[in-house]
Amino acid sequence: MSIGPVALELPRDLAEQAEIIADHARREGLDFYDTIFEMLDFDGMNQVAAYGGFPQRYPHWRFGMEYERLRKQHAYGLGKIYEMVINNDPCYAYLLNDNAPVDQKTVMAHVYAHCDFFKNNIWFSRTNRKMIDEMANHATRIRRHIDKHGLDAVERFLDVCLSLENLTDPHSVFMRRIAPEHGADQDESGIEHQVVRYPAKQYMDRYINPPEALAANRQKLTVEHDKPRRIIPMTPHRDVLLFLLKWAPLEDWQNDVLAMVREEAYYYAPQGQTKIMNEGWATYWHSTMMTRYILQADELITYAEHHAGTLAMGPGRLNPYKIGVELLRDIEDRWNRGRYGKDFDDCKDLEQRRRWGEDRKVPERVVGKESPGREKIFEVRKVCNDVTFIDGYLTPEFVERYRLFHYRYDPSTNRMVVVDRNFKKIKRQLLFSLTNHAQPFIYVVDGNYANRGELYLVHQHNGVDIDIRFSTETLKNVQHIWGRPVHLQALIDDEMMLFSFDGEQSKQQKINDALPKPVHAL
Amino acid sequence: MVPKIHKDHQRFRQIIKGRIRDDLRKFLTRGELIGKEGKQLVSIPVRGVDLPHFRYGDNDDAGVGAGEGRPGQPLDADDEGTGPGGTEPGRHILEVDISLDELADILGEELQLPRIEPKGKHKITSEKDRYSGIRQAGPESLRHFKRTFRQALRRQIMTGTYDPAHPLVVPIRQDKRYRSWKTVLKPQSNAVIIYMMDVSGSMGDEQKELVRIEAFWIDTWLRRNYEGIESRYIVHDVRAYEVDKHTFYHVREDGGTKISSAFRAGKELIENHYNPHEWNIYLFHFSDGDNSSESDSRVCCEMLTEQLLPNINLFGYCQVASAYGSGNFINVLHEHLPDTDGMVTSRVNTRDDIYDSIKVFFDKGR
Repeated sequence: MSIGPVALELPRDLAEQAEIIADHARREGLDFYDTIFEMLDFDGMNQVAAYGGFPQRYPHWRFGMEYERLRKQHAYGLGKIYEMVINNDPCYAYLLNDNAPVDQKTVMAHVYAHCDFFKNNIWFSRTNRKMIDEMANHATRIRRHIDKHGLDAVERFLDVCLSLENLTDPHSVFMRRIAPEHGADQDESGIEHQVVRYPAKQYMDRYINPPEALAANRQKLTVEHDKPRRIIPMTPHRDVLLFLLKWAPLEDWQNDVLAMVREEAYYYAPQGQTKIMNEGWATYWHSTMMTRYILQADELITYAEHHAGTLAMGPGRLNPYKIGVELLRDIEDRWNRGRYGKDFDDCKDLEQRRRWGEDRKVPERVVGKESPGREKIFEVRKVCNDVTFIDGYLTPEFVERYRLFHYRYDPSTNRMVVVDRNFKKIKRQLLFSLTNHAQPFIYVVDGNYANRGELYLVHQHNGVDIDIRFSTETLKNVQHIWGRPVHLQALIDDEMMLFSFDGEQSKQQKINDALPKPVHAL
Repeated sequence: MVPKIHKDHQRFRQIIKGRIRDDLRKFLTRGELIGKEGKQLVSIPVRGVDLPHFRYGDNDDAGVGAGEGRPGQPLDADDEGTGPGGTEPGRHILEVDISLDELADILGEELQLPRIEPKGKHKITSEKDRYSGIRQAGPESLRHFKRTFRQALRRQIMTGTYDPAHPLVVPIRQDKRYRSWKTVLKPQSNAVIIYMMDVSGSMGDEQKELVRIEAFWIDTWLRRNYEGIESRYIVHDVRAYEVDKHTFYHVREDGGTKISSAFRAGKELIENHYNPHEWNIYLFHFSDGDNSSESDSRVCCEMLTEQLLPNINLFGYCQVASAYGSGNFINVLHEHLPDTDGMVTSRVNTRDDIYDSIKVFFDKGR
């Protein structure tokens, strides 16, 4: 019999505090699912963290690897996990049992804001809110597969699936497509046109083209015509995992495993898409609530120390907590002062921008959405993800104030060096690193390449090449699922290359006219 | 009851150990692991454990940071740093920390080495202090600066003597916090390895590197089998000296070779410090097999049979190939002491021979 981490009972004083803080949070306009706090000791915390926040996951060594990393990280004093919260209804959050009471209160305030974000941010709207149960179900299903097919087979297949887990389309959950009709319509006369008819004098026609033969031929063509045309996919397809689920020759249990991996990837996707916003939002509210309502005088120093530690930025490391909270505060202030809209955006005079709305009276001690600034940030938390957040609200003044810079690897010194402080470049780099969670875009363009049942993938190049060594290894895993040879087209050093794996050998070649074309081009 | 994650963790370790075992021959020939001995853990690059993903390549190494810095200024102060690109997970080669004990276990399993049966049950223990807590009294040298400062700051804020405009924080006696310690008992060595090496002109750098690697694995395996272990080093040409470890691998002498001098020094060392009834004694001799005279070789054999072998667990003679020298000593040993209990010989011509050499040395489980 094996067990998960043992949750300790929440002490009465903390349970009372949780209620008090929840009341403050509600008064400030936060809207969250019921939130259940559980206490864990240090090891329990690492276990849950290694499981991606859940008490139950399917057995896989990857979680063990993560567990070891976390344990070591703490042992070397490189930071410990203060809080963890699961997007679920009810929300579950974990507290570390040896934190000081003031830390626990900060964490609780932080957690309520996370829960509010989960519940209200549009990017989370399609996530499964019963994910704790779902994860436990996944664990049970995978254990059952292991019992039936053996650990090695299931583990090997899980490795393959997990290696492809980033081949999803996070936007697809918001799309509704109407399935197009099969093929282009051809009327009966089209068929009539194709019936084989030999040239003959009219009086001989009955004998050279006997009506029975014509009828049989017509019949065959009609059947042929009614068959759906097998162009798969109909359009280039980013959800490679879904494509494989639909078309790859998998056994039932394999299909089940792949489907679970895909489902979990989609569950986690919004968390990757909103890291800066989510942490910024939570930090904004824990700091607002702690300093305004909750802190006792004797807790101030510990709070200040830990809060400062959370927001510290080292060179070359953008702290999402810091950037997120400061950008939200900046938005609040700008909207309070009217620093937005076309006139403001078009204004090129730095001095004028700086003084814009300076004399406006900024409301103090606002509760909830009482000020234009607060109203705006509540709107931002509803509709934005990190990309639109940075794209819409990063200003040159902000970049200047927080001394942001753009850095790049310098091959001559083998080090990362500061390039410059150009606003446009910084913004572009930030957006690039946030788009698609800094993963390359891979599309399926042909599931029957060259009419040989081979799979053809394409990397959409956005200025950065993909890693060849990793790609070749990953391609092997795609082949493992697909069964037939697989190909990946990618631009490497300005050359269009085709990487292939046929189950035994890896091959790479430049793409030229002699190669068959896939059905879709990207 | 085993928590679930521990099963995953065990599985992960098992996979890693499997990979290391597969590549053990390769690891056995590599010098990089050395120099980490003495530490509990070595980090080993293990290939192909982490899962590959489609990901961006190296021209992805750019980003946005915050702070001061002029264009062209490196982000990190130290030279080795590779910046944030190097620290993210997902690189195909995983650096795994593994304890020397685990490494020794892998070695033992792969080479099918029997466990060593230590003679005697003597356990010598020593006391050691470990810093483990904080208390309010103690010597100034153990004062915990940060805790003290924080305590003083708290007190001043509470009593209203803190002035943010002049943030002067002066600790008084009650604020002071000190590190405190606990005494723990540590088992002490009950085995000793005496390494002897010929450093005459004919032993070059490549030969010494072979010795280093071989000695590292001998050390690793023996440490696994004894709770504590001591190492002593003797170098010799025509005369022998005891030296420290660094000197052992770096000193270079000219001139002839008299192996008996080393045996004599070894014998004295044992007589003076290591009572054979309490200690498990291992004697290893590395040489290119060139001895100055036949008569000296005979003296060596006599010393071995009469004075050394009766008192020690194992005598290992490891002959490395060299461009000079006759390489005859190994033959002399074989001739005069055939099938002798407690004596093992091996030849190591290249790094690839280390694997088999280790196996020969410890095959008998002594």
